[in-house]
Amino acid sequence: MTTRHQISVTVNGVNYQREVDARLTLADFVRHDLSLGGTHVGCEHGVCGACTILVNGASMRSCLMLAVQADGAELTTVEGLSRNGELHPVQQAFIDRHGLQCGFCTPGFLISTAELLQGNPNPSDDEIADALGGHLCRCTGYQSILESVQLAAQMMREGTIVDAASPAEA
Amino acid sequence: MKPAPFDYYAPDTLSDVVALLQRLENDDIDAKVLAGGQSLLPMLSLRVARPEALVDLRKLADLNYIREEGDTLAIGAMTTKSAVEDSPLVQRRQPLLHAATRLVGHRQIRNRGSFGGSFTQADPASEYPAAAIALDMELKVVGPDGERRVAAQDFFITYMTTDLDTTEVLTEIRVPALPAGTGWSFQEIARRHGDFAMAGVAVTLRVENGVCRAPRIVAFGVGATALRLPEAEQVVDGKALDSALFQEAGHAGAAALEEPSSDVHASADYRRQLVAVLVARGLAEAVARSAA
Repeated sequence: MTTRHQISVTVNGVNYQREVDARLTLADFVRHDLSLGGTHVGCEHGVCGACTILVNGASMRSCLMLAVQADGAELTTVEGLSRNGELHPVQQAFIDRHGLQCGFCTPGFLISTAELLQGNPNPSDDEIADALGGHLCRCTGYQSILESVQLAAQMMREGTIVDAASPAEA
Repeated sequence: MKPAPFDYYAPDTLSDVVALLQRLENDDIDAKVLAGGQSLLPMLSLRVARPEALVDLRKLADLNYIREEGDTLAIGAMTTKSAVEDSPLVQRRQPLLHAATRLVGHRQIRNRGSFGGSFTQADPASEYPAAAIALDMELKVVGPDGERRVAAQDFFITYMTTDLDTTEVLTEIRVPALPAGTGWSFQEIARRHGDFAMAGVAVTLRVENGVCRAPRIVAFGVGATALRLPEAEQVVDGKALDSALFQEAGHAGAAALEEPSSDVHASADYRRQLVAVLVARGLAEAVARSAA
């Protein structure tokens, strides 16, 4: 039998064992099999960036992976950004600077921003645009997103809110 | 579920992969090799591709490396594009390859996409085939009859088609060092950051006593494969350098294009015009970067 597969994944610090269809995308697995609906599914072919999650700490489009390919991986979805009811500074900054309107694209932006700021605590506007260029937002016009990321970077540099981006703990 | 059903295999070793591909071929099963999946997964979801079996290379950890072998950089086919992008070795030894990598999709794509995948995918608008021809890369391929090496120039046959047999796997890409002092440029124009290029060019050359030597000009996004533009190269080869000559080379290269693609993104005429401009820009940048 090669169409059904047993997989083990750790999502936001919790281990899950499931049997999945080979053709199930990681995005659908996270949403339907694990009931983690924060990961949004937009275009389903790798254009919009809404479904971006961290796989072993690196941002990837979960619609462009099969669930079976994530066997043994550590994942962080948008649900894994906050800690003990405290929002991640990136989430707080997106609220404070109106980095979202309808919110559909937001989970992807939050994940890629968290990854960016972990490696580059003080990014330029160009570096932010480069890191987030793979995400589409139809509401904001992007300017408020840029400002949100700059604010998040500042909050994390100043330690206003403790960084919770690392997927290993929890 | 978006993709049509398929059998999925993830063998532990390269020889298991090759044996499996051979068995599937013998059983007349349409199988596809899955590497990073950043081109294949969209094709599956859109059902443009409906293979009966997928053979995933994800467990072949020994195809993930970037190492120096004498003057050559050897890069394992399953190395991610981000690893190539971030590699100080690539940045120092092959800045053209680094520049080309920065133009492939977005970071989220490069984090998953394999280095080798863009070679086997052979999309004529993609960056790596052009870089491969510009840099004379050599591709190491393993199949049932063992290993063979193919020059980049012979690997890309036509639109999305390579010299790779259905039972073979691309395992390594070998990038020879450029001669000291070589200038380079990698240019493309896309509608949006991260999109496939409407047109692009890769240029390498040397400058000796104010004269251009060994120019190599490769265009992509304008034909069935990335292609050298000998007509443009001849214009500058052995000549003293000036910007009017660069423009002349651009026009010669553009005029020689047999059939630039014409689609919703750009007409054939517009692509010709882009090539003319990019060749001139590329030559100027490569000359500025050459050590002479």
